Amino acid sequence: MNATQKLSNELHDIKKMMEQSSRFISLSGLSGIAAGVCALIGAWFANNFIGRDEVVLTRQSVNSPDSILHGDFINSRILQIAFITFVAAFLSAFIFTYRRSKKTNVPIWGTTAKRLMINVSVPMIAGGIFLLALIKDGVYDFVAPGCLIFYGLGVLNASKYTLHETRYLGYCEIILGLICLYFPGDGLYFWAAGFGILHIVYGVFMWLKYERN
Amino acid sequence: MKNPIENLNKTFDSRIRLGIMSALMVNTSVNFNQLKELIQVTDGNLASHIKALEDSGYIKIQKGFIGKKTNTVYSVTKAGEKAFRVHLDALEKMIKNI
Repeated sequence: MNATQKLSNELHDIKKMMEQSSRFISLSGLSGIAAGVCALIGAWFANNFIGRDEVVLTRQSVNSPDSILHGDFINSRILQIAFITFVAAFLSAFIFTYRRSKKTNVPIWGTTAKRLMINVSVPMIAGGIFLLALIKDGVYDFVAPGCLIFYGLGVLNASKYTLHETRYLGYCEIILGLICLYFPGDGLYFWAAGFGILHIVYGVFMWLKYERN
Repeated sequence: MKNPIENLNKTFDSRIRLGIMSALMVNTSVNFNQLKELIQVTDGNLASHIKALEDSGYIKIQKGFIGKKTNTVYSVTKAGEKAFRVHLDALEKMIKNI
């Protein structure tokens, strides 16, 4: 019985080492917090400067496809804000993960990082193109839930190549996106909750678990 | 019936060496600090086990630099890969037989 125990421990160790060494472990919790804060600021801007006059992400836009938004979404302020928010979130997330990778001495652009990026990107790019097609047809209701769902799928997919807990972030984003489908007028709030609050909660949790010392 | 223990490789008879081999099996190359962090051992301890595996011809070493710091990366050799697979198969058989 003791021998079995020893053997299975050995195999368990081997499996663990294989997994750990093939995952990108430098993903910093602070990156999650930074990205979340950027998302909240972006959502605040969107809510303040646009939400009032241009009725984006509400049911009206579907009922009136001839609204000012139609066909001009590419030049609209909300897309500019979304773009700036994405760049800011990405850069700030990158900075903290870069710092962590220096500390853990894992190259930021190693095999594990590449695998992680490819796996998060595929569902997100597919989702992005899908949503742009919907926007082109003047369907704005599905933008916020679509962002959340596709992002969640990307995170879930990528979680196999980084710290295990990341998959719970993926599940939460997907669930939130699905709920959001039934609250079409409140897309921005769900968006802020998913990209802002969930990221911050996730970031704090990961930071406490892996980086606090 | 053949005794499966015959196939167990003495060279891999240590948690540290198993760790080194496991990490190298799933990655093209791994550097010293990554191994150290993965296996959680001291520099000296890790270095001596690496030396043993290198002497057996199971892993190869490439020395390089990142800036001014030395960066030594390790990868598994064909012989090492084969030997490790045989060792894993033997472990598996032993578990099945118990």
